[in-house]
Amino acid sequence: MSLTEITLCGKTLVSPVIAASGTFGFGVEYSGMADLKKLGGISGKGLTLNGKYGNEGERLWETPSGLINSIGLQNPGVRHFIENELPVMRTLGPAVMANLGGGCIEDYEEGARLLDETDVDYIELNISCPNVKAGGIAYGIKAESAKEVVGRVRACTTKPLIVKLSPNAENITEMALACEAAGADGLSLVNTFQAMAIDLEKRRPVFNNVFAGLSGPAIRPIALRMVYQVCKAVKVPVIGLGGIATANDALEFIMAGATAVQVGTANFSNPHACEQITDGIAEWMTAHGVKSLEEIRGCAQV
Amino acid sequence: MPAANYDAQVLENGAVSGSVMRMTARWDETTPAPVCGQFYMLRAWKADEAPLLSRPISVHRFDREKKEIEFLYEVKGLGTQKLAALKAGESVQLTGPSGHGFPLDGTLGDTVAVVGGGIGTAPLLQLVRELAEKGVTVDFFAGFRDEPYEMEPYRELCRTVGIATDSGRFGHHGFVTELFDPKAYTAVCTCGPEIMMRKTALMCMRAGTPVYVSKEAKMACGVGACLGCTCKTKEGGGVCVCKDGPVFEGSVLYELD
Repeated sequence: MSLTEITLCGKTLVSPVIAASGTFGFGVEYSGMADLKKLGGISGKGLTLNGKYGNEGERLWETPSGLINSIGLQNPGVRHFIENELPVMRTLGPAVMANLGGGCIEDYEEGARLLDETDVDYIELNISCPNVKAGGIAYGIKAESAKEVVGRVRACTTKPLIVKLSPNAENITEMALACEAAGADGLSLVNTFQAMAIDLEKRRPVFNNVFAGLSGPAIRPIALRMVYQVCKAVKVPVIGLGGIATANDALEFIMAGATAVQVGTANFSNPHACEQITDGIAEWMTAHGVKSLEEIRGCAQV
Repeated sequence: MPAANYDAQVLENGAVSGSVMRMTARWDETTPAPVCGQFYMLRAWKADEAPLLSRPISVHRFDREKKEIEFLYEVKGLGTQKLAALKAGESVQLTGPSGHGFPLDGTLGDTVAVVGGGIGTAPLLQLVRELAEKGVTVDFFAGFRDEPYEMEPYRELCRTVGIATDSGRFGHHGFVTELFDPKAYTAVCTCGPEIMMRKTALMCMRAGTPVYVSKEAKMACGVGACLGCTCKTKEGGGVCVCKDGPVFEGSVLYELD
């Protein structure tokens, strides 16, 4: 048994480190560089029932310790994923998390039904993409609407259902409790923060949608606070994310109560980020005589 | 072939002209060899240091025998400033080679015009070297704002080297697109400012000459994972410059009026 092994919704993962949706393609893009066997899981690029070309105009903007993106859920669609990307992703080793975004509630339901019949390990329900009007963010702001979509999707699948929350929710704790009550098996948070940038030469917003999503180390302390609050409030496992780039960052989220963590933007600056974080967690555990992550999970809660 | 990621030793790094620099790095022969038109993500600073993202830079020259990769780049911001500060003996993180380069399977025919603009000439030297090696006749045309740089290697390899400058101080006073007639070539390859590539591509399309365009884009990952560098083609949007390009057939990107 590896030191970093964890159990997430009944499945054993070799590491609490999962590559975050939208930053790791479908895994194969990094297969020549990173030792993927050290990853607990990979959350694939956010899927919608039908494929999307994504947003026009600027899609990336660097900020101090952060990255604003406006990709707009570009993806090949659920059916294409099942037929083409999933079989390859399955061979890589890490648990497969299918990230499902949506337009209308019926699209979410149909997407979940299709994924239910596959061998994906988890469905991560994205109700938090800030970059498409019908990308789920509408459900990610108000707890009542989140409850409805989570309940409806819950009825469509027996797969472990993890709901990915937006930090833009009106009240993150209420949101988490609503999703848990509606049948979520786990929660992942946070998605990107709504942000913007202005191009001085053009004297216009950088992004066609005006607002876009901020990720990276810049958001980490706020993400940690939200994960801490949610972990105290709910009983289901929480996957913490938001600017995690090192093992120490990941350990902070675990001490705040997270069962697992996701690493996103850090993959861009360091293609070995996920495996190095796994190694770093193991080193820290050895140095501190910690035999299992259970020993320290939530230990910082006061 | 998936991209590799490794720390390469810097062998040389110095100014070529003004803010244009040339860096030579040691190629790790256990990793895929780059082909002309491909690029690497370069990083000379720690993962937690600014800027957040690595910088995509095309391969200027690749020497398999000497195990050297050369990059020609212009210092524009913090990332390229940090690359420029690297000294021989230090290391640079390379992720790549990425993308689809210029076709070298004979598609280009026997008489090729290679058209560059400014720092967009960077990937064209390796292209010209590989074409010349195959016995293809190459004419090279380059446009610069004022002073041309790095033209010597082309003079050895090409039948003609034509230069145009905006200032008129060197070569033809005007646009590089005024220096050649696409009808005289079996294919044209171009890299440079978007406006120059568009004009070149449309000229070629009107003349019925195949044209290949190497695009530039902001990138986060450089390996097709983040979908931040997409462009529109005739088939639709969402085409990755990093993975599906950076070299595209012109008629896929542009349409005649």
